[in-house]
Amino acid sequence: MTVSLGRWAVARHRAFGQLCAFLGETFVEGLGMLLRPRRFRFGDAALAFERACTDGLPITILIGLLLGLILAFESAATLQRFGAEVYVADMITIALFRELGPLITAVVLAGRSGSAFAAEIGTMKVDEELDALTTMGLPPVRFLVMPRVMAAMLAMPVLTVCAELAGIIGGAFVLRIMGVPLSVFCAHAVKMSSVFMLAFGLGKGALFGLLVGFIGCLAGMRTKNTADGVGVAATSAVVGGIVAIAVTDGLLAVICYVWGI
Amino acid sequence: MDAGYPGTVILKDVCFEVKRGEVFILLGGSGCGKSTIMKHMIGLNPVLAGTLTVAGMEWNRRNRAALCRKIGVMYQSGALFGSMNLLQNVMLPLEEFTRLKRREREEKARELLARVDLADAAAKMPSEISGGMKKRAAIARAMALDPEILFLDEPSAGLDPITSSALDDLILKLKEEQHMTFVVVTHELPSIFKIADRAAMFDKARHGMIALGDPRELKASSKDPFVLNFFNRGEIHG
Repeated sequence: MTVSLGRWAVARHRAFGQLCAFLGETFVEGLGMLLRPRRFRFGDAALAFERACTDGLPITILIGLLLGLILAFESAATLQRFGAEVYVADMITIALFRELGPLITAVVLAGRSGSAFAAEIGTMKVDEELDALTTMGLPPVRFLVMPRVMAAMLAMPVLTVCAELAGIIGGAFVLRIMGVPLSVFCAHAVKMSSVFMLAFGLGKGALFGLLVGFIGCLAGMRTKNTADGVGVAATSAVVGGIVAIAVTDGLLAVICYVWGI
Repeated sequence: MDAGYPGTVILKDVCFEVKRGEVFILLGGSGCGKSTIMKHMIGLNPVLAGTLTVAGMEWNRRNRAALCRKIGVMYQSGALFGSMNLLQNVMLPLEEFTRLKRREREEKARELLARVDLADAAAKMPSEISGGMKKRAAIARAMALDPEILFLDEPSAGLDPITSSALDDLILKLKEEQHMTFVVVTHELPSIFKIADRAAMFDKARHGMIALGDPRELKASSKDPFVLNFFNRGEIHG
């Protein structure tokens, strides 16, 4: 028991050390990229962006639309009893722009792109491609991690806006069925939204994108050279990404409450 | 030096020197630490104790970039980048470390591919070519920056005897033409006798280097039972 506890503690300590080293290396490479933008691999980032954003757009829009429909149905059923179903528009707008839009998009991104990043980098590690990069003098973090993290960070705001708009359309559709005119829905939605709220949601989205990209790439870099190594890396990228998103969202909610935002 | 991983010493007190322009073989049974030694030599893992000098320099943060330019590595699997075709794979080091224009880079990459008889396969993806072709393409990529030393990890592994022999011929041709130094990890006896100038043999059980010299002489004159057994086994199978 004591021995296993000790081994577990040593393994955790080592994993934490790896995390710090990876974080530090990514930060340094990020700074280097700002100072010497020519070193950044724009082609790789564009390809990763295309896969994360363009290819992920249909599923994100579908999830956003369904989220809007569900939110509208669930809340309208209660509010209708008080003749207040028109306020569903207010609720959906606030919920999507502040919380659910970035959150659900980040979960989709973690499932699609976080796992893909881990699998791609993990397979490269198993095939000794990371060693090849290192011995060529090309840091894998600059070559593989930075383009993916940047792509995820840029893809998230775009996907978030699309998910939010789809959610609003879903909500409007439900209220239209319930007899609320579209113009009334739009008036309430516009009244409740603000530039700050939109920017806050998009900023949160970019932060979630950074987390998903970083955790996906970290999982890939830590892939073990075993039969199930890549599978385990992809799973840990998704689980780790979702946990990180939930924890960060919780922390942001507390900060917003304390600061009265 | 002592070779291994943090907390695990695989080989103790290993001491040898590779001379300029020779083909030097790291030799031994499976799991004896040949690849571990090579990983130390190419700077992937730090040595556990002692010193290791490559091209007159020790691996450290300050020397890393310069040393990476002096060595080329061919990995067992080839380790070609799957998202790039062969031409792009060979062009990558040129793109990152030289000021050559795109056309010049492409010309040099095509010339390197021609040198390993892959001129017609430049546009192919690594998934579309055979194991032997992958290894030859990896050699072309490793030679892109005109390194002083080329490290080859199990070049014959997984290849049929004819392809393996062709790869040995390629190594000898490059040695003659480029005057390059080769460090090769292998346990394929026909290859060893064909290409090696000298070899260092390692034994897992004794955790160390047990022989150093010309493999033909080692086979003829060694008194060590492990060395004799290793080479005689080759006579039966090879």
